[in-house]
Amino acid sequence: MKDLLFIREVLIPPLLEGLAVTIKLIFFSIPFGLLAGMIIATGRVYGNRMISFLCRAYVIVFKGTPLLMLLFLIYFGLPSLGISFQPFTAAVIGFVICNGAYNSEYIRGALLSVRTGQLMAAEALGMTRGQAVINIILPQAMRRALPGISNEIIYLIKYSSLAYMLTCIELTGAGKIVASRYFKFTLVFLVVGVFYLCLVTIAGRILGFLEKKLQIPGLIK
Amino acid sequence: MAGEIILKVRDIHKSYGSTEVLRGISFDVQKGETKVFIGSSGTGKSTLLRCINQLTVPDRGQVWLHGEEVTHSGKEINRLRQKIGMVFQNFNLFDHLTARKNVEVALIKVRKMNRKEAGDKAMEELVRVGLEDKADLYPAELSGGQAQRVSIARALAMDPDVMLFDEPTSALDPELTGEVLQVMKDLAQNGMTMLVVTHEMGFACSVANEIIFMEKGEILESGSPSELICNPRYDRTKQFLNKLGELYGDIGRQR
Amino acid sequence: MNDTITLIFKALPFILQGTFVTLKIVAGALLVGFICGLALAVGQVYGRPFLSGSVAFYVWFFRGLPNLVLLFLFYYGLFPLMGLDVSAFFIAVTALGLRSSAYQSQLFRGCIQSLGEGQMMAARSLGMTRPQAVWNIILPQALRISLPGWSNEYPILLTDSAVTYAIGVMEILTRGNLVVSRTYQPMPIYMTCALIFIIMNYGGMKMLHLLERRLQIPGFGRGEH
Ligand SMILES: Nc1ncnc2c1ncn2[C@@H]1O[C@H](COP(=O)(O)OP(=O)(O)OP(=O)(O)O)[C@@H](O)[C@H]1O
Ligand SMILES: [Mg+2]
Repeated sequence: MKDLLFIREVLIPPLLEGLAVTIKLIFFSIPFGLLAGMIIATGRVYGNRMISFLCRAYVIVFKGTPLLMLLFLIYFGLPSLGISFQPFTAAVIGFVICNGAYNSEYIRGALLSVRTGQLMAAEALGMTRGQAVINIILPQAMRRALPGISNEIIYLIKYSSLAYMLTCIELTGAGKIVASRYFKFTLVFLVVGVFYLCLVTIAGRILGFLEKKLQIPGLIK
Repeated sequence: MAGEIILKVRDIHKSYGSTEVLRGISFDVQKGETKVFIGSSGTGKSTLLRCINQLTVPDRGQVWLHGEEVTHSGKEINRLRQKIGMVFQNFNLFDHLTARKNVEVALIKVRKMNRKEAGDKAMEELVRVGLEDKADLYPAELSGGQAQRVSIARALAMDPDVMLFDEPTSALDPELTGEVLQVMKDLAQNGMTMLVVTHEMGFACSVANEIIFMEKGEILESGSPSELICNPRYDRTKQFLNKLGELYGDIGRQR
Repeated sequence: MNDTITLIFKALPFILQGTFVTLKIVAGALLVGFICGLALAVGQVYGRPFLSGSVAFYVWFFRGLPNLVLLFLFYYGLFPLMGLDVSAFFIAVTALGLRSSAYQSQLFRGCIQSLGEGQMMAARSLGMTRPQAVWNIILPQALRISLPGWSNEYPILLTDSAVTYAIGVMEILTRGNLVVSRTYQPMPIYMTCALIFIIMNYGGMKMLHLLERRLQIPGFGRGEH
């Protein structure tokens, strides 16, 4: 009973504030992460050798670097070169770089699976290669890559908790502060966990719905 | 042929949900006998065979092997199943094991034979089905006919009293069917007791002691090949045989 | 420039000791995840409804939580609550391992189910008990099919292991941070740490692919899984 009161009166208000930050982190990161993924994947598949190599290197480097490591590099490292960011901005930049690397793998696979005839047909209509990729190939590929990208968005939601390590007080951070002050770690982190479970479950539903909506009728993967 | 009755099947019933798949099947099997089951798709032939070795548990009815009840046998079922060999339509060879290991594995794990003994026995069975030179190939490297012969060898290795065959050739190209049927014919001639679901009427005519026509989960009629094929009692049987004739060529054709 | 190189070389032995810790976390979590994941998968596929339901809940729970929250929950919450005084390293392996088991269980489950009923029926028809069939027939095949998917767990755990910095495990990133706090030279040190991770990641993946090829059975598990 006392716990319930504690949760309602003491815990929930700061958690809701943290939740707002978490959601903002995610919403800023998703579109840029997508864009980064598209650019890198396109570069890898359609770029010349140099570009293709650079894009591949990007993927190896940023899939190989732990996200937390990357965040530290951006937030604590870059200022020594005279570039500094707010914690929130630093976190979003890190998420976008990392998310872009993972997304690009799915998009690349999807690009390669779009039939070659599609590109030829577009070029035969007089489109440049760039136009063909943007108007014909990418829209098809993005649909095919969606399940993978959905997965990455779910990961993004969970990894957004790392922003706390840059003192960006989001959901996990808000919980940590309350927990330390009242010394109720188990209870607080279980409630925080429930918040994440809800977020992840809701996002999963929405993304599943989106996948169905965007399906091209009659096209079976 | 009035031999000893080794398998008794009594009043087997099985439903899935509201559909009654088997509605009271009974028959006796004598030692050394071959019974062939025919009937249109979905009449419960596979279900019947699986009920005999309890891979599917019937809702009602009993099965006895050598006077021992197979149904309701609890843990004993694993011992009894060794005595009831089964060959599947799609082979179900263990894909991670070579042909010889496929035959060995149950000898080692179930019969607790040592490896040497099991290996020799496996080789013996592979020789019996004419595949001694394929012993070290994996299932994916065998033709369908060869795979099915390995699966027959696998069942034979347990020294079963009865063999159940569920459409053993229907997943095979026509030219591979012959080699499997030949193995089965040899088995029958050497006194193996067999229950065979098949629509290979050539095989049925030359090997079966009795053909059983199943319809909607029941035995509609049964008799020796000549009785059933020349003088079917029911129109339904006649229709079915005619349809088989259209699909598979003339009935009675020998392979 | 020379200063930087000297700094890196002086810090390197200290940081490199962290690679062993990192590798131990990864190996431990992979192992915990493998054993629990396999058991969970078997329970989910062959267990009674209550058991498979419980497994589904377990998976939903551990896949839905961020590593950081799980680590905090275990480190500050559950383990002290149960009166267990264990090392941060132990908690890291437990938390990452349980989480990995949730992912691995779904991989194994998919592979078991992809085998179809036929293999189980054939094994039972030869007189094997259910556990015998699972152990001798189902699992050896499911494990082989799952290998490509399973090797994905390695890079995930490797990168996730850095999060254990948050509870003070002396792995690569923690050591890097210690050096930074003494030298005030974040860039070169962080880059060095990142490079170590990248090499471990890339090298490990190459080795796993080699292993995959060695364990292949002719014509088995064709195509990508
Ligand atoms: N596990 C199951 N669950 C639900 N229904 C089943 C199951 N197994 C079989 N059935 C149903 O039982 C009926 C009989 O199936 P069965 O496989 O025994 O027929 P069959 O005579 O062997 O047919 P076929 O010649 O096509 O092999 C079918 O309608 C089938 O859909
Ligand atoms: Mg059938």
